Amino acid sequence: MDWTRILTNVFGELLAPTTAAYALAAVGLNIHFGLTGLLNFGQAGFMLLGAYGFAISTIAGLPIWAALLVAIACSVVFALILGIPTLKLRGDYLAIVTIAAAEIVRIVGRSTALTDLTGASSGLRGNSYKESFQALSPFPDGTTDIGPLSYSNNASNSWWIRLVGWALVALACLLVWRLTNSPWGRVLKGIREDEDAVRSLGKNVYAYKMQALVLGGVIGAVAGIVYVLPRAVQPDSMGRPMTFFVWTILLLGGAATVWGPVLGSMIFWAALMLIKSVMRSTVPDTVMRTEQIEQFGWIVVGVTLMMLVIFRPQGLLGDKKELAINVR
Amino acid sequence: MSADPTVPVTHGATALAAPSSPSRAADLRTRFAAVEQAPGAPKPDPIVVADGVTRHFGGMTAVDVDHLEVERGAITALIGPNGAGKTTLFNLLTGFDKPSTGTWTFEGRSLSGVPAAKVARSGMVRTFQLTKALSRMTVIENMRLGAAAQPGENLGRALLPGLWRSREREITEQAEELLARFKLDAKRDDFAGSLSGGQRKLLEMARALMSKPTMVMLDEPMAGVNPALTQSLLGHIQALRDDGTTVLFVEHDMHMVRHISDWVVVMAEGRIVAEGPPESVMSDQAVIDAYLGAHHDTDLGDDSLLTDDVTTALEGKP
Repeated sequence: MDWTRILTNVFGELLAPTTAAYALAAVGLNIHFGLTGLLNFGQAGFMLLGAYGFAISTIAGLPIWAALLVAIACSVVFALILGIPTLKLRGDYLAIVTIAAAEIVRIVGRSTALTDLTGASSGLRGNSYKESFQALSPFPDGTTDIGPLSYSNNASNSWWIRLVGWALVALACLLVWRLTNSPWGRVLKGIREDEDAVRSLGKNVYAYKMQALVLGGVIGAVAGIVYVLPRAVQPDSMGRPMTFFVWTILLLGGAATVWGPVLGSMIFWAALMLIKSVMRSTVPDTVMRTEQIEQFGWIVVGVTLMMLVIFRPQGLLGDKKELAINVR
Repeated sequence: MSADPTVPVTHGATALAAPSSPSRAADLRTRFAAVEQAPGAPKPDPIVVADGVTRHFGGMTAVDVDHLEVERGAITALIGPNGAGKTTLFNLLTGFDKPSTGTWTFEGRSLSGVPAAKVARSGMVRTFQLTKALSRMTVIENMRLGAAAQPGENLGRALLPGLWRSREREITEQAEELLARFKLDAKRDDFAGSLSGGQRKLLEMARALMSKPTMVMLDEPMAGVNPALTQSLLGHIQALRDDGTTVLFVEHDMHMVRHISDWVVVMAEGRIVAEGPPESVMSDQAVIDAYLGAHHDTDLGDDSLLTDDVTTALEGKP
């Protein structure tokens, strides 16, 4: 067994753009669920909308900042559409509506009627929208080795996207930290526990929930952009499983904490890589083929989530007294 | 009380419950003396005036109030048997429920159809029958949440602590003062969930006072509170009135109603059936029939009651 290669893979996964994108999406979801108690089961929808908004407007010729604004605007509108009818109702309604709405975004995106715009089920090729982002990079072209890791400076799965992705994660964490420790965050925590109590104290609960939904959704959309920059926009890779991974990451790290989503994402992807790499090099083909190992990895994730709910419902960093998954 | 002076008896709790400002109570007594003792009686200086408020749940009429006035600066009790519509009326007045018909004003401004949060901001703050202390937040955070006019509760300004730090200090100071008054200062940094039921009631009341309301609406403030705390709660409610706050409360505990209220409104089957000062309203025949029952003064655990004529009389009642 080649441990150096395995550990390099695992270490690479810790810093991967995908890990950053999921961390960012989980930070957004943390504002929804951890801070406000909103059950958003459509975070992948926000991510996909952000990705489409960015990619399509870039392909249409908009500069990067305008494309970013389009992506954000898409997620704001999406959040408003989801929130206006449901935020006055009980929490479960938002859950039902968001999971359905995220599917609608995906199914509309992959429909052949929109082939010219979204590329239907084959999606949008990365090279058609990466140009403007890569052009911003201050690094010279080429490849750089840092420790055991070797990536290109600017192209696709690059150091540049890693730098930007993690900078965005840090920024989002800073934002969440500032907000959780502000009176605004205090109102949200009150709403998470008992809306009527907060209402009786003169706070407009509906407006606060809407602000939280929009803010978390915008962070989700930015996460979607980070996710698609090193690859392509593939609607089917951004469906329900993505939402559930984001949830797993949030609950693993600890909802209602600042660093929980980041730690959760790193552990989630690194552990998955470790399991798969070790199994690929130790389990003989006659027992389990490579694609079966891939599936087995997800089974382990599922079991881990169950263990987590049973033995550590507050997640790794969470405070049980404040928020645990199994108590509402 | 002619207690032996050598025996150290503490009457502290009782003293608290007695009208803390006799002049204020006397003043209210003279004001109420001129008020007619009938449902919907006009008051000299009403803070809340409700007209034709009804609320139907399907075919059931939960509330049907023709006219109700609540006097400013007094403690008004709302009593009535279970299902009389007291809490529903509370919910309607505070915007937590929408009436089928009716209008009402608070300090001359119409409040019908106004959402609950806005009602609270206009100075009418309520508490709940089932205490809503936010148990996963600390006591002091609960208190801070009750304060009004904190600019940091705006999303944009929340990002700039400089804009809300000074207000936060004021709020914290006010919260600590209130906590000390309600004897919760030792629990300042505990999660509200770790408090006893009675302490949660106190916390909820203290939190409601953070916004300095002109009127507080207490829904069964005594339910589930142990007798020792009851006394201090009574004291707090009277102190509120003496500071000029109007208090309207729903209560089942007759002893408490008799003790601290200046005026009593009796509801039965959604309607107001009687109004008056506590001493006289309790002897009103309509109230006794509707609420207390003909045998309200007899101990039903008393075996001597189980004689034939008493049981026949009891069973004979509709």
